[in-house]
Amino acid sequence: MGNPGLRLDMKKSVPFAIVAAALAAVAFLPRFASAYSVVFCSSVIMYAALSLSYAMFSGPTGYVSLATAAFFGVGIYTSAFFGKSLPLPALMIAGGVFSSVIAFAVGAITLRLRGVYFTIFTFGLVELLKHFVLWTETTFAGTRGRTVASFGSVTVFYCMLALLTALLLAAFLLRRSRVGKALSAIGESEDAAAHIGINTTAVKLLAFSLSSFAMGAAGAVMATRWAYIDPGIAFNSLMSFMPALMAIFGGTDRLLGPVAGAIVFAALEEQLITRFPSLYMIIFGAIMIAAILFMPSGVTGLIRRRPAKRKEDVPVGDS
Amino acid sequence: MGILEGRALSKRFGGRLAVDDVDFDLEDGEILGLIGPNGAGKTTLFNLISGAITPDSGAIAFEGKSVGGLAPHRLCRLGIARTFQKAKNFPGLSVYDNVLTSAQFGKKGRSDAAAREMTERTIEFVGLGPFLGKSVTDLPLAGQKRLEVARALATAPRVLLLDEVMAGLNPSEVGGAMELIAMINESGVAVIMIEHVMKAIMGVCGRVMVLHHGQKLAEGAPEDISRNPAVIEVYLGGRRA
Ligand SMILES: Nc1ncnc2c1ncn2[C@@H]1O[C@H](COP(=O)(O)OP(=O)(O)OP(=O)(O)O)[C@@H](O)[C@H]1O
Ligand SMILES: [Mg+2]
Repeated sequence: MGNPGLRLDMKKSVPFAIVAAALAAVAFLPRFASAYSVVFCSSVIMYAALSLSYAMFSGPTGYVSLATAAFFGVGIYTSAFFGKSLPLPALMIAGGVFSSVIAFAVGAITLRLRGVYFTIFTFGLVELLKHFVLWTETTFAGTRGRTVASFGSVTVFYCMLALLTALLLAAFLLRRSRVGKALSAIGESEDAAAHIGINTTAVKLLAFSLSSFAMGAAGAVMATRWAYIDPGIAFNSLMSFMPALMAIFGGTDRLLGPVAGAIVFAALEEQLITRFPSLYMIIFGAIMIAAILFMPSGVTGLIRRRPAKRKEDVPVGDS
Repeated sequence: MGILEGRALSKRFGGRLAVDDVDFDLEDGEILGLIGPNGAGKTTLFNLISGAITPDSGAIAFEGKSVGGLAPHRLCRLGIARTFQKAKNFPGLSVYDNVLTSAQFGKKGRSDAAAREMTERTIEFVGLGPFLGKSVTDLPLAGQKRLEVARALATAPRVLLLDEVMAGLNPSEVGGAMELIAMINESGVAVIMIEHVMKAIMGVCGRVMVLHHGQKLAEGAPEDISRNPAVIEVYLGGRRA
């Protein structure tokens, strides 16, 4: 058992070192880059973290969740409530815990739903939470929005980077674990998975909760960058679509696919907004459609073992 | 006492009783054939036994204990494995990984080393050795059916439910599949097999049960079933009509 595992580690150690080096290099950015670059990079890292957490659950299972904004929003409100009394890392953990508790409860009900029904429900969750928070705030606190404690852009940057690093490690380990294998089996055929002994409900719940932990943690960090939040800002459905699109664009088959998708997307968004502010959404949409049509397994899918796939195709054609 | 017993099982879909008050017994170590015209309720009965759906009424006992209402993964771990009429192999995984997944999850507490050993043994056993590293889409139909059987076997079942594993196979492949089923049975697994290929039913089954419109029409030795006028009427009449 040790032998094949070891060989795998050797083969994977090179990309592992590259990723570690890249993360370390990014960590030095605040030393020399402009304040604007640090803020921009925090956003890119946030998108990378969100799309990676999206891909953790939705990638292997094929359950498209549009609940990202809901969990992100829970994290935001965690910081809005406790930002003045807790340090940022503690806020991240609290935001993560609240999000995964909600994800667990919601998942227990909705993960019975399959396909588009699940997707619609998760999207509904964003609206539900938004209006619930709005109602609670206006009824009990007599307010609409809240101010959030600020920790400075460099702290935000490092907390995001730490989150992304932890998430990369978690996603890497998850893929190699039995739970990861079970998630892929569910994506391949949920019925078949159940009948070979996989507790599909438990596995889906676990992955859904884990991925929403990271979403909540990301929300807790980002909230501190915005001085003021209200339910509309916190539960913005764009935060559900963007991570999903980035993950699909980058490709969810590979660990770094969603990260690549986030970087490309964020850079593209930045360019389009500054150059074609009025056409930006149209161009963005067109690129997205083209990406889905022509690169079903994402940008990283293009690099992926192409020649091997070709070879395998030959006997099928013959038979 | 049989290894698997069903009593008064019924399942209704809308206005239609797909399984209607069916009793059955499976003895330890036997091969029971399950036949009947299209839509007779054979697959539905498998779905009830394997926990894919819950019966509206009736009871199921495995090794003497009631297992009604258990989830499919629990039943699988207890020792009831099944194949699907339309093969549900994992197309994105290699032949090896397909079987490995079953070996890893099919029994609680199996180590990775034990699962890998089980996987290799099972793949050899069903005769897919040459395809070990291949992708599922590289397998011909007979291979896909064998892989489906291998995925069930790797969970180390006591009872195996085979749903038309010979459909679409040519006569020599049917012969191979019959041999495989006999080997599985000899290794100590009780089998219920749904099959339309009569030659196979007559060749390997010790006993045959006939379903028609969800009800049990007849049950007995293969020779007796093939001579039973009621069976000939619905089965052959139904097929020719
Ligand atoms: N999930 C379901 N929902 C509604 N109706 C169903 C469902 N499953 C089966 N049925 C119906 O129940 C009846 C029995 O179907 P079943 O699949 O058990 O037949 P079968 O004996 O396996 O037939 P075949 O030989 O064609 O496989 C059919 O009329 C079928 O349409
Ligand atoms: Mg059937």
